[in-house]
Amino acid sequence: MDLAFTEEEEAFRTEAGAWLAAHVPGSPLPSLETAEGFAAHRAWEAELAAERWSVVNWPARYGGRETGLIGWLVFEEEYWAAGAPGRVGQNGISLLAPTLLDHGTEEQRARVLPPMATGEVVWAQAWSEPEAGSDLASLRSKAVRTDGGWRVSGQKTWSSRAAFADRAFGLFRSDPGAPKPHQGLTYLMFDLRAPGVTVRPIGRLDGKPAFAELFLDEVFVPDRDVIGEPGEGWRIAMSTAGNERGLMLRSPGRFLAAADRLRRLWRQQGSPPSAHDRVADALIGARAYQLFTYAAASRFLEGASLGPESSLNKVFWSEYDIALHETALDLLGDEGESADSDWAEGYVFSLAGPIYAGTNEIQRDIVAERLLGLPKGRR
Amino acid sequence: MRFVLDAGQRAFADSLDAMLTAAGTPSVVREWSRGEHGSGRALWSRIAEAGVFALTVPEEYGGLGAGPVELVVAFVELGRHAVPGPLVETVAATALLLGLDDPGPAERLLPTLTSGESTATLVPQQATFAPSRRPARSPTASRAWDVPPVAAPAESPGTSSTRTSHRPAESTHRTPLLEGQTLPAGARAPGPYALDADMADVRLTTPEPLTAPPGTTDLYLAPAVRAAEVHRSLDPARRLFRLPPGGELLASGPQVAGAAAHALATGRLATAAQALGVGLALLDRTVVHVGQRSQFGVPVGSFQAVKHRLADAKIALEFARAVLFGAALTMAAADVAAAKVTACEAAYTTARTALQLHGAIGYTAEYDLSLWLTKARALRTAWGGPRECRALVLSGGDRRW
Ligand SMILES: Cc1cc2nc3c(=O)[nH]c(=O)nc-3n(C[C@H](O)[C@H](O)[C@H](O)COP(=O)(O)OP(=O)(O)OC[C@H]3O[C@@H](n4cnc5c(N)ncnc54)[C@H](O)[C@@H]3O)c2cc1C
Repeated sequence: MDLAFTEEEEAFRTEAGAWLAAHVPGSPLPSLETAEGFAAHRAWEAELAAERWSVVNWPARYGGRETGLIGWLVFEEEYWAAGAPGRVGQNGISLLAPTLLDHGTEEQRARVLPPMATGEVVWAQAWSEPEAGSDLASLRSKAVRTDGGWRVSGQKTWSSRAAFADRAFGLFRSDPGAPKPHQGLTYLMFDLRAPGVTVRPIGRLDGKPAFAELFLDEVFVPDRDVIGEPGEGWRIAMSTAGNERGLMLRSPGRFLAAADRLRRLWRQQGSPPSAHDRVADALIGARAYQLFTYAAASRFLEGASLGPESSLNKVFWSEYDIALHETALDLLGDEGESADSDWAEGYVFSLAGPIYAGTNEIQRDIVAERLLGLPKGRR
Repeated sequence: MRFVLDAGQRAFADSLDAMLTAAGTPSVVREWSRGEHGSGRALWSRIAEAGVFALTVPEEYGGLGAGPVELVVAFVELGRHAVPGPLVETVAATALLLGLDDPGPAERLLPTLTSGESTATLVPQQATFAPSRRPARSPTASRAWDVPPVAAPAESPGTSSTRTSHRPAESTHRTPLLEGQTLPAGARAPGPYALDADMADVRLTTPEPLTAPPGTTDLYLAPAVRAAEVHRSLDPARRLFRLPPGGELLASGPQVAGAAAHALATGRLATAAQALGVGLALLDRTVVHVGQRSQFGVPVGSFQAVKHRLADAKIALEFARAVLFGAALTMAAADVAAAKVTACEAAYTTARTALQLHGAIGYTAEYDLSLWLTKARALRTAWGGPRECRALVLSGGDRRW
């Protein structure tokens, strides 16, 4: 057991830190959830990608540096410590890419991954439907076989960033006669500007169009955009969900940097004793998340799969994130009401953590049933 | 970076677990609570045979020369089995003796402590704790117990100790304060009790609040205490005593401060590990219980309100485990303090959950669960409570966390 990084990893850390110090925008970019901010963040992705910093753990042929998981963790620590912007390519990079690397064809990887790495194509996740949230397998949007592909119809909702994104990936019912709701689903990719697609942006709590509703009317999807075998969508999607909740969705680096900012804020405010314990807990929580992730990564590298363990992460970071931001807003006093700070933006974002990527209630069920072995109850 | 236990460490945990399971610790705990130490002493010998007290002792003193990670592995198991006695105190006393510049006391006292023939207790001196000035970004600080400089705010009121000193000329030592923390005037540093001092053969005390930098104090072998002087703990198995002043002077000067800081880090880490073990045992037992107990025609464990509380306990314990082993690897004061907070809070939350989910059965002294429930509360404050430990975390320099 050790926490020492190899010389190579330390050298990579230094290199990444130096590059970021020289390139991170001096003032924060406008909010990712606005048209202007989206464009600015896209440009930042391109800048990252130009020197292969956007997807460091990917194979070199798709724009990565093949750093492995530990290298990615190291990079994330440097990235957030440098105060670099939120990642507009996140959905594609942390959800679709691992799926394609595991289940896609070489043709799909070569076609989809490089423009994802540069921010040229930004992806949205089209899983949820108005009637299928926690009970995702009850989804009704359908894919019907046609010449050379599929005709896709239905309604998807809560698609993050779909208001400004280019393409989407999601699950569709291709065999309505299948005996169980998890069967007969197909996982496919489609163009948000294809004929038959209507995107209706939805304002989140602060009014910014952070997600969108998608209306699909006989949208043509060619066979080459089906991921894995038709009808196998659920299994493939669940391996994506493991990634979503597990290692890649929220890196410890992000929280380490946020906790550090919180400590600075606390000091700037005269180290009020009233917030003493909460600030300390924010520091401890970031450290805990970092170390837990190191342990998970170590097990993963030993060949263990993440599986239901990723539900532990998901509940932890989502609740941690809210507590951290609430502490910051409280520390800001009257200013805590102002919507114009990074803390406010982060706060609004954090509130959704226990809801997306599978609600925390669902995650706690997974922990209880699959990790503790408690009896299944009524869903 | 390979942050998982290796096969040898896992095997060590398993063998301890098997030995302690066979030993049937609950009856030992109950006897211990009544001040009957016979079965506990016998168990102590088996724990010593398993190498627990030799773990962090260098080979030249007959030890195993292992490190804090192995110590944590052992104490998680000791906590899981609610083993009573001055276990933490004995390894902390060992650390204190090993931290002295003068090898004399170690040569004299260590061999029997290591072999389990004798036991030790001591009073953890909170005042020796100070933030470690570990360089940022070095995950593997080595001598984190080196006594770091402490910035005691000179103008802060209420920082001078009013404890009676053996050396009146130096009786105005300031208790080093941690950032954001103020001790009320005349407050005694926490941790005034010595665990199981009536049965411990070696009773170490550093009776002066330590000044820094560099600290300077005396290390005494305190006189014996009588069983009748026991102070009751919320955990009946934790028998608390005040060490009497005086005794034999073992060592003196700044070296004692450094050694005491080392002892404190070791004791605090072992306490955190013990707490995690307590929490894990509580969770395991509760999972079994709710799987068996039926109400409304189904096991109560199939109810979501029940499941979710247990899921939260599991989450808290698993994250505490990570912090704990991280602290064992760095031994930085802030890391160890973080481990103490996290493990003890997780264990305590789990205790509350365990009590609730056992219903009325859980509220009885005759049911074994109580042995862990009470310990979870007591360990929270032993060796530095949540507030001091959080203060230590905050006062660390500008690290990455
Ligand atoms: C900011 C944000 C971004 C999102 N981004 C995306 C995206 O990009 N793509 C996408 O597809 N989706 C996205 N979602 C949708 C998200 O995945 C769903 O909101 C989530 O799965 C919950 O579904 P629901 O909203 O329909 O709630 P419901 O499923 O209706 O649940 C309502 C409440 O009931 C609880 N509940 C439901 N079933 C159970 C049960 N069995 N046991 C206990 N409690 C239960 C839930 O936990 C919740 O508290 C996003 C959501 C948010 C808030």
